[in-house]
Amino acid sequence: MGTILAVLVDGVIYASWLFIIAAGLTIVYGVMRILNMAHGSLYALGAYAAASLAGAWLRAGLAPIGTYAMLVLAAGIVGVVVGPLIERGLLRHVYGRDEVVLVLVTYALFLMIEDAVKLVWGVESYFVTEPYGLLGNVELGPLSYPVYSGILVLAALVVGVALRFGIYGTRYGKLLIAVIHDREVSAALGINVNRVYLVTFTLGTMLAALGGALTAPTVSVVPGMGVEVIVLAFAVVVIGGLGSMPGAALGALIVGLVRSASVHFIPQVELFSIYLVMALVLAFRPRGLFVAPEARKI
Amino acid sequence: MSAILEAAGLTKTFGAVTAAANISVSIEEDTVVGLIGGNGAGKTTFLNLVTGYLKPTSGSVRFLGRDITGMAPRRITRLGICRSFQIPQVFDSLTAFENLLVGLGIVFMGRSAFVGSHLGDATPEAAAEEMLARFRLGDYRDEPVSVLPEGVRKLLDIAMAMAVKPRILLLDEPTSGVSADEKFALMDLVLGAIRADKVTVLFVEHDMDIVRRYTQRILAFYDGKVIADGDPASVLANAEVRRLVVGEGGPGEAPC
Amino acid sequence: MSTFRRTTLGLAIALVALAAAAPLLPRWAMFLVIISLAKGLAALGLLLLMRTGLVSFGQGLYFATGAYAAGVAANSLHVGDAALMVLGGGAAAAGVAALLGLLLARYRAIFFAMLSLAFSMILYGLLVKTPALGSTDGFNVSPRTLLGLSLASGPGRYGIYGVAISSAFGCAVVLDRYLRSYLGRLAPAIRDNELRVEYMGASVRNVVHLNLVVAGALAGFGGAITALAVGHVDPEMAYWTTSGEFVFVAILSGTASVAAPFAGALVLEMLRSFAYEHAPNSWQLVMGAAMLAVILFLPDGLWSVFRRRRRAAT
Repeated sequence: MGTILAVLVDGVIYASWLFIIAAGLTIVYGVMRILNMAHGSLYALGAYAAASLAGAWLRAGLAPIGTYAMLVLAAGIVGVVVGPLIERGLLRHVYGRDEVVLVLVTYALFLMIEDAVKLVWGVESYFVTEPYGLLGNVELGPLSYPVYSGILVLAALVVGVALRFGIYGTRYGKLLIAVIHDREVSAALGINVNRVYLVTFTLGTMLAALGGALTAPTVSVVPGMGVEVIVLAFAVVVIGGLGSMPGAALGALIVGLVRSASVHFIPQVELFSIYLVMALVLAFRPRGLFVAPEARKI
Repeated sequence: MSAILEAAGLTKTFGAVTAAANISVSIEEDTVVGLIGGNGAGKTTFLNLVTGYLKPTSGSVRFLGRDITGMAPRRITRLGICRSFQIPQVFDSLTAFENLLVGLGIVFMGRSAFVGSHLGDATPEAAAEEMLARFRLGDYRDEPVSVLPEGVRKLLDIAMAMAVKPRILLLDEPTSGVSADEKFALMDLVLGAIRADKVTVLFVEHDMDIVRRYTQRILAFYDGKVIADGDPASVLANAEVRRLVVGEGGPGEAPC
Repeated sequence: MSTFRRTTLGLAIALVALAAAAPLLPRWAMFLVIISLAKGLAALGLLLLMRTGLVSFGQGLYFATGAYAAGVAANSLHVGDAALMVLGGGAAAAGVAALLGLLLARYRAIFFAMLSLAFSMILYGLLVKTPALGSTDGFNVSPRTLLGLSLASGPGRYGIYGVAISSAFGCAVVLDRYLRSYLGRLAPAIRDNELRVEYMGASVRNVVHLNLVVAGALAGFGGAITALAVGHVDPEMAYWTTSGEFVFVAILSGTASVAAPFAGALVLEMLRSFAYEHAPNSWQLVMGAAMLAVILFLPDGLWSVFRRRRRAAT
């Protein structure tokens, strides 16, 4: 019984982390048709920024409780600074090209950001553990979890609700949906598609950075931490269906639970179980679990 | 004369939309048949059903008595039914010569599987040169087809459909996108190049002058059904056809 | 002279030059050439796939399969001959490609890229958790002979180098022939218009499947050669970043000629050695920027620069 509970709780915690990262990836694909291989690097940027900002906060002698705000602030800064930089500086010049070419462009970007991080922050590890341990642990039956994990789950819920409301409930969200459906018609209707792209990519960057920022207190922040994340994010997004937000949530849950179950029951398969699920989903539902139909071309 | 192609009760529905409704026709060998009708009337759907691009919801298609319903396009091609497309389907990054060589190469490699072939003893390269000459595409031999004018791309598309020696050739709007003064030249060229082989031709067309001149029989489509079937004069004089397809007021371009 | 003859002649000259240089090259240079040619083989496979319209982020899978197969042949099957190990590596990789191709041949564009990446990560996960294969550490590989000659002394000292340059030459020439054959010509046709190819009577899926197997075999040869040269295999060979490396060699070299991936791999490997010494934290930055430049301004890769100049001269 304790194990089942552990699998579920661990799964949900991991799923929350995955959702925050995958949400940004899927929304960028949905609106801009770009599968961003540099998404993991943006996650890493968020982690580094969080470590630096929170570290500076603590060195300034300010109350440790403020580090939480620093984490979120770091994500915001990375989003608002790096997002437009990439979108305006690079992506703007390659819109309309083949989707695979865009993946290659983002792959080149990933290579560049990996080194940029090393040049700015160096190659040593960074630590910012205060936010993690500060609130102590909570008991769930026979298990003990850090309260911080609960914050992670809460953050995922907030992100999910905010996105749902933002996309379906606001006027700007409806513009987003219009562009997702048809860029040309949206432009013809007077929607400023370029601005929508900018906002979307900034949002995606912010979410990736948030994932990284929230992770920073739990790991050592090192170069290359984005490399594994990107394939996990791909798995989640492909399982759920590229461009689908509910898909990202479902995909995150599936991947989270599968990984949790394998860690507890068959540790040998932990690493590849996720990609096996991804391959299986692709084999039977080539477009993911939440699909969109395609029109006839001849 | 024997029926080379028979459609019986051919129906295709997409949810609430009926693209083809219970089409039953029998086409005789060595004839030229025109398919007319407005957009969405079911002409291209009919071609798609016959060539295997779509599987019918119900009904059947028989070629020389053999049931080919729902067969894959490549099998139907090998049996001897070929088609050209409304939007020319060619290989943009290759030259005109290379385009033809792809098709003739396929025929050469699979010569036991193809019912007819244009090759005989010739190599695919020689056959490609011959086809370039026959369709007057020689000038464009080494140009990448992406830069060629639409009419030339259409001609190439039709030429590629002829790489196999088909018994039936289906042309989807062969003169669309071609300027008015070149339409007759195109049809003369195409039909002249193939009629010697006694190929049965079905072509979709919006220009009634073309239809009147080149066909021996017309099938008029409307709303997924065949509403008239007979010789050109009587079909084009048919009141319903005049109203729904040609448009009131006499001959010329169809309203759509 | 036909382009095929011209290419083959050029490759033959390169082969002879490299072979003649063997006694003159210091150990590190010889190693660099071997590693480059091995990567070039994997990139050659990508060239074929790209001409078919596919970009694979999973060549690492076959690279690792070839390497591990060679290693297992050496250690468990007691195959000591380097040539057999390379052939075995290629065959094993081709077998895996034939199997996975049953599924992969149905996908295109980014789904193909993602699925190939997923398979490669599955292998990585498997290898890391398999103690019999050394888990994360991998294991050592020591070939002993080449066609009877001992690799430890005498002319056999150049054995692995010889295997590398002759494999590269052989694969390049054979692939060139293939690309010019009627079957090989279907690759760019499929890339341009699959529908038309089907409507001409050919099976697109079968041709794609075949090309996947060929590309896999090429990567397998590369992996086996790498295993022999380095003397070691490890799961990193299957990690997606290894596949990414092959992709960027292929992009930077371009797909215009079968010689391009080898030339590109050599140049990149030399640059990388230089960079590791002088600017280890800027290597990827520069490479990423170069890749962007090529994608934006030279879609055919750097090789096309030479082609353009040659055409202007005639």
